[in-house]
Amino acid sequence: MSLRTYTIPLSIIIALVLQITPMPSVVDLYRPDWVLLVLSYWALALPNRVSVGVAFITGLILDILLGTSMGIHSFAMCLCIYILAANYQRLRNYSVWQQSMIIGIMSALYNLVVFWFQHLLTDIYFLFEYLWPVASSMIIWPWLFWLLRKIRRQLRLK
Amino acid sequence: MNLMFSKGPSLPNRLVLGLLLSVFLILFDHKLNGFATTRVYLNSFVSPLQYLANLPGELLSVSASRLVSHEQLFKENAQLTREALLMSEQLQKFRFLEAENDRLRSLLNSPVKNNTHREVAELMAVDNNPYSLQIIINKGTLNDVYESQPVLDDKGIVGQIMQVGSTNSRVLLITDVTHALPVRVARNNVRLIVSGTGSLNELIIQHVPHSTDLNEGDLLLSSGLGRVFPEGYPVAEITSIVSDEGRPFLQVKAKPIAQLDRLKYLLLLWSETDSDESTKDVNP
Repeated sequence: MSLRTYTIPLSIIIALVLQITPMPSVVDLYRPDWVLLVLSYWALALPNRVSVGVAFITGLILDILLGTSMGIHSFAMCLCIYILAANYQRLRNYSVWQQSMIIGIMSALYNLVVFWFQHLLTDIYFLFEYLWPVASSMIIWPWLFWLLRKIRRQLRLK
Repeated sequence: MNLMFSKGPSLPNRLVLGLLLSVFLILFDHKLNGFATTRVYLNSFVSPLQYLANLPGELLSVSASRLVSHEQLFKENAQLTREALLMSEQLQKFRFLEAENDRLRSLLNSPVKNNTHREVAELMAVDNNPYSLQIIINKGTLNDVYESQPVLDDKGIVGQIMQVGSTNSRVLLITDVTHALPVRVARNNVRLIVSGTGSLNELIIQHVPHSTDLNEGDLLLSSGLGRVFPEGYPVAEITSIVSDEGRPFLQVKAKPIAQLDRLKYLLLLWSETDSDESTKDVNP
């Protein structure tokens, strides 16, 4: 069925759009890492379909969309998704709130790796505001988890 | 789901492959600038996503312009008519001065400056990448936009084109950390270099000796020495000068003249050599 085969790519595309939608600068600081969240869910739920390879390609698309040097986001994305995909059996058994803590740590790692590369290539300085997405990703995770699980069960994705 | 005998390389191997490829891409892109031509195609390839992301804001602004009251439109119309009148008066004076300037230049045997080709572009998206200040505009290679082309708004210089796609392109703002441009002080022609700080409303001027004649409120114009920006457009205004004798240089801060946080319509300029060639083609 067509909808079933395209669900995962479609969800990633929606996440990419949400990641780049223009927002007022007040809200912009708190934008969660949509792409990382969606990829994390699929890596935990269906690690045989979404893992490091998909993370790499999505990271490259994110690099083009955000205008950063090619490879920065794909590096960070690969690293985070690898950690999740390698431990998916353990993480699946955690409660949603414990998972949310893990996602927070992954989001912090992701943002810090991206910052660290940018710092090496251009000379930017660290502002604490760069870590706001960690908090918003942690808050968004339970709802996103619930939504994507509902979609996955409805369509019986495997 | 048969994970015990999964196909392809194992997970750690895939990670190593992905990370090595990423590092290679970073070095290839940043150090060797290897994606300069490919970026055009890549940007065109992902531009549907950008249009999609821009849709909610676009719908909002369309509905907002539909809901403007009559009274407001009348007021705006009256104001614009008044402005147009004042501008056309200034333009008459300016035309006369320009003709006079050209005559004086030809008397002095210095090259006469031609009118440059210009085009209006519209803001498409503002990047949410917190580490660099970039915007996306709705003109690309189809409109002959080229890399490092100057971009202005109605007040002053905004930035330069950084990457070009076929229908849109990316502008690096002058306040970005990686951007610097040569300027001169309008009052006394002191030459300076203005660099970005990463915050939208602040520029810094580095390596200014203590003896330099600068005042707060001095207007800085582009000097045209960098061969990127044309000469004589307003760039920034000096906001603070801290003179600490213990430090080797003055600490000078400036504010961009262009309103970088409320850009809507932008002006693209084509360099004078290009327009020279095109005019030569028209009247040989």
